[in-house]
Amino acid sequence: MLAADDDILAKAQAWKAEGRDVALATVIETWGSAPRPAGSHLVIDGEGNFLGSVSGGCVEGAVVTEAMDVIADAKPKLLEFGVADETAWRVGLSCGGRIKVYVEKVA
Amino acid sequence: MRLDLLKALNDERAARRGAVLVTDLADGTQRLVRENDVPDDALAAQLEAALRSGKSANVEVEGKSYFLNVQVPPVRFFVIGAVHISQALAPMAKIAGFDMTIIDPRTAFASPERFPDVRVIAEWPDIALGELKPDRYTAMAFFTHDPKIDDVGLKIALAAECFYIGALGSRKTHANRLARMRDAGFDDTQLARIHAPIGLDIGAVAPAEIAVSVLGEVILALRKKPLRAEKAQPAAEALP
Repeated sequence: MLAADDDILAKAQAWKAEGRDVALATVIETWGSAPRPAGSHLVIDGEGNFLGSVSGGCVEGAVVTEAMDVIADAKPKLLEFGVADETAWRVGLSCGGRIKVYVEKVA
Repeated sequence: MRLDLLKALNDERAARRGAVLVTDLADGTQRLVRENDVPDDALAAQLEAALRSGKSANVEVEGKSYFLNVQVPPVRFFVIGAVHISQALAPMAKIAGFDMTIIDPRTAFASPERFPDVRVIAEWPDIALGELKPDRYTAMAFFTHDPKIDDVGLKIALAAECFYIGALGSRKTHANRLARMRDAGFDDTQLARIHAPIGLDIGAVAPAEIAVSVLGEVILALRKKPLRAEKAQPAAEALP
């Protein structure tokens, strides 16, 4: 079942209430062809469970990995993703756009 | 995000009030600005614009970078008429993220068996809508084909300035409907906001196809222009 962005914030609160560590990732800026608009959320728990999306599935894996660090040290991170470099195994957006994602711990 | 801010944000949404979470991107500090407090805020102009458009965005003010995370009330979709089209529309609208309610005083139609997993109210529209209080963040579709039922709800939808109002029926049926609404005191600018014949012109025939065309039209009304800055303009004619 798809979840609307407001369900995701409710879920962040619910996960927190269950005693889980929670991080929230938010698209804060987009350029060109980007899959999800600014304000889109991804909520991540300490086990790597996640809900929502900040892209079409292209960079969620990387955001979840970064969220683990944010949960560990409680420092927010600003991530930027662009077109994947075809010569390297880096994640990127296949649609050609660029996005900035803010990852913060819910505490 | 501080947990108290997250809770406050979720509380505002539950109360169907707009709010903006302001993040200072340099130091990560955040504050929540409720809709009613926007005029007194240092970023009043930017917050007002963000709420009006419903779009989250980055803003630069006096050399500082802020992210405005905008939350406007979730869109509700009230359908008058527990008919075959509504049965197809209910699960589709749910998947598309709309909060659906179906209203029909005819208990044989408004039965839970016909509408699993959807809120169905077996009441006259004026009674049900008196409780639900439609607003600008509400879409309403009228499917009963029975003026006794539809007209009551239509008047409420027009007065509430629902962002989408659609009514089933041929051009002739709609012409009669407009005549009744004019008699009830609505002017042509208001009446131009009723989408009729209902739905995008995709040649829909089967009830489920009509449901798709209506859902598409609701999404178009929602996304094509800001909800709060509704400019009165005659509805565009569907392409032949």
